[in-house]
Amino acid sequence: MNDQLTLMTIVLGIIHSGIRLATPYLYAAIGETFSQRSGVLNLGVEGVMLMGSFFGFYAVYQTGNPWLGLLAALVVGLLMGLIMGVVSITLKAEQGISGIGMYMFGLGLSSLLFKTMVGSVEGVEGFSELRFCVTDTLCLADVPILGDIFFNHSIVTYGAFALVPLAWWILNKTTWGLKVRAAGQNPEAVDSLGVNVDAVRYVSVMVGSALAGVAGASLSISLLGIFQENMTNGMGFTAVALVYFGSWRPYGVLVGALLFSGVNALQLWVQVLKLNIPSDVAVMLPYLLTIVALALPFRRSMQPAALTKPFERGEN
Amino acid sequence: MNRERLWKLLLLTLVFSLLLVACGGDTEETEPAVDEPAAVEETAVEEAAPEVEAPAADTSGGQYQIPATEEGKYNVAFVFVGPHDDGGWTQAHDVGRMYVEANVADVHTAYVETVAEGADAEQVIRSLARKGFDVIFTTSFGYMDASEIVAEEFPDVDIIHISGFKSNEANFGNLMGAMEDIKYLAGMLAGSRAMVDGNPKLGYIATFPIPEELRLGNAFALGAQKTCPDCTIDVRWIFTWHDPIVEKEAAASLFDSGAQVVMTGADTPAPAEAAPEGKWGITYDYSDNCKIDTCLTSMYWNWGPVYADIVEASRDGSWVGGWQYFDADSGAIGLLGFMDGETLQPGAADLPEADLNMIRETLAAMLAGEFTRFDVFTGPITDNQGNLVLAEGESLEQLDLDGFAQFGSPCETCMYWWNENITAELPEVE
Repeated sequence: MNDQLTLMTIVLGIIHSGIRLATPYLYAAIGETFSQRSGVLNLGVEGVMLMGSFFGFYAVYQTGNPWLGLLAALVVGLLMGLIMGVVSITLKAEQGISGIGMYMFGLGLSSLLFKTMVGSVEGVEGFSELRFCVTDTLCLADVPILGDIFFNHSIVTYGAFALVPLAWWILNKTTWGLKVRAAGQNPEAVDSLGVNVDAVRYVSVMVGSALAGVAGASLSISLLGIFQENMTNGMGFTAVALVYFGSWRPYGVLVGALLFSGVNALQLWVQVLKLNIPSDVAVMLPYLLTIVALALPFRRSMQPAALTKPFERGEN
Repeated sequence: MNRERLWKLLLLTLVFSLLLVACGGDTEETEPAVDEPAAVEETAVEEAAPEVEAPAADTSGGQYQIPATEEGKYNVAFVFVGPHDDGGWTQAHDVGRMYVEANVADVHTAYVETVAEGADAEQVIRSLARKGFDVIFTTSFGYMDASEIVAEEFPDVDIIHISGFKSNEANFGNLMGAMEDIKYLAGMLAGSRAMVDGNPKLGYIATFPIPEELRLGNAFALGAQKTCPDCTIDVRWIFTWHDPIVEKEAAASLFDSGAQVVMTGADTPAPAEAAPEGKWGITYDYSDNCKIDTCLTSMYWNWGPVYADIVEASRDGSWVGGWQYFDADSGAIGLLGFMDGETLQPGAADLPEADLNMIRETLAAMLAGEFTRFDVFTGPITDNQGNLVLAEGESLEQLDLDGFAQFGSPCETCMYWWNENITAELPEVE
């Protein structure tokens, strides 16, 4: 059975699907990395993703232009980040609780807007695979093996992977990155140097949230071309976990995202191999992996010292 | 320091709850085998704005708003497992609700949506009964026990449960239809398409390893055999009823493995969305989720006429709750493009006339009541291990159609087999 299906097809299928599925996790988790490195735990990623997903979809639905969809998602994410900032930075609310609030807000509002503004299953023409064609018939995407892995994704996916070194560079090589890290590690010291801790945190949370919006849009206008209520189905929470998994470092997050999406893809492809893994285990596997990674004790030391602590001048 | 631990704990709890959701899955229309999902808490918190028809709503159903009845009308309520506009299973029921509203005189309908299965459902159904609704349709498998309990408490309220197996011969009945009829026809269509395209490979996205999913897959496979004797069918299990991302990846995986046409047991437009140029998807549950050109057809439910009949019968007192399982002659199931007044999707329109006629003639026989689910499952049928399931002229019994011996069904032949042209192995069932 399936003799035509070589092992190569299966491995390629897993890699191709894994890269595609890593896209939303990467945007959301890299964004959350900025937020957490500045000292703010934003648990509302899931809600922001849903809002970005809906507005990205709706913009394309109305205008037909996927770039406008991406822009809409970015702006909505930015605004959600602003709200999160006001609540958790200015008003100094408990970050976990306000994050859950953001989640429920995004979940409810995106569902409500979808009901009132669209109301049925509609498809949109979003970003398609680039394929890198030199001529009409000659495409890099058709190159055996390498084509599927490197040259058969949408621009949104390439963006997600480009974001990783960019985020690393910003965090580690720029002055602003230094401020972000310091705000999350030792805000008092940052403050004593005359840098506005709250301002740094605001920007970080908003940038992170904007990326979460893009993560949502990557589902509705790149991966799928449709919007459905609660379509993220927990991806935003997984993204937060991936930040812990990756020890608050962009490349660590990349490894986590690829591992997680790879295991997700594996679950479908492993069925071709006729390995009779019990269904429950297969579905659980990605989450189990996350839990194991979160429980590893050595990661604790890498956590930003001021994470979840609102900054108050002269507190100590 | 303690605070950090607390956050980590919170995060872990969240991941755990996701895990629970993953394990539980959504038992929207599953049969006895699948456990009740313990964790639908995520959908439970989303009830911020359930839309209800009536202005005067109260909250006696917990976080769900219970709609009001209308004086002087026959009041009919629906309990939905998903959003009413999910583009699949639930929306098909909502279309049925609107049919009742439009076609039955002096009737008032309302619905409560995204109701978690289990305790929440019982509370909602009871509140609807207390409120004075005369008929309540509960449209998910996991509402079965809740429906039974409330039916006992309110003997004057007729409760119809969809896709279960319990009834009380009085005011509690169950209702389901032979989608296998339509999947058989869809198999003929897919086989024909694969023949024309010169790639005799098909794919099936299956949800949970329960009798229904094997029955529907086998019906599809038997249909494909009629038009494409060389066709093989590959299977992917996705363990969800409704998740566009998972369904899309499963479809992509089938297409990447060579499938020409992919049919699904879940109900998002994903299989057609995932179809690369020149390949095809077949969608399920709702007639309107098959809009793009790569969608070959949709196998859909048309609950309206059946619902209207039940409501009429309930009003004049002639309805008795029992086991009702309709075939295609009820008009309650359809194959998009082939029913009255529909046009074929582009991918179906250019198929050989002989194949299309075979589909039309079989469908006509089904609509006339001359071809039923038992004709779909009539021998000779051989499984993919080479065993004879049914000899020439033998047919399966109803018990076989929806039973696994592993689940304690007294069926003889049962449904735990794959037709000979399916290349997958049987799923593990406990």
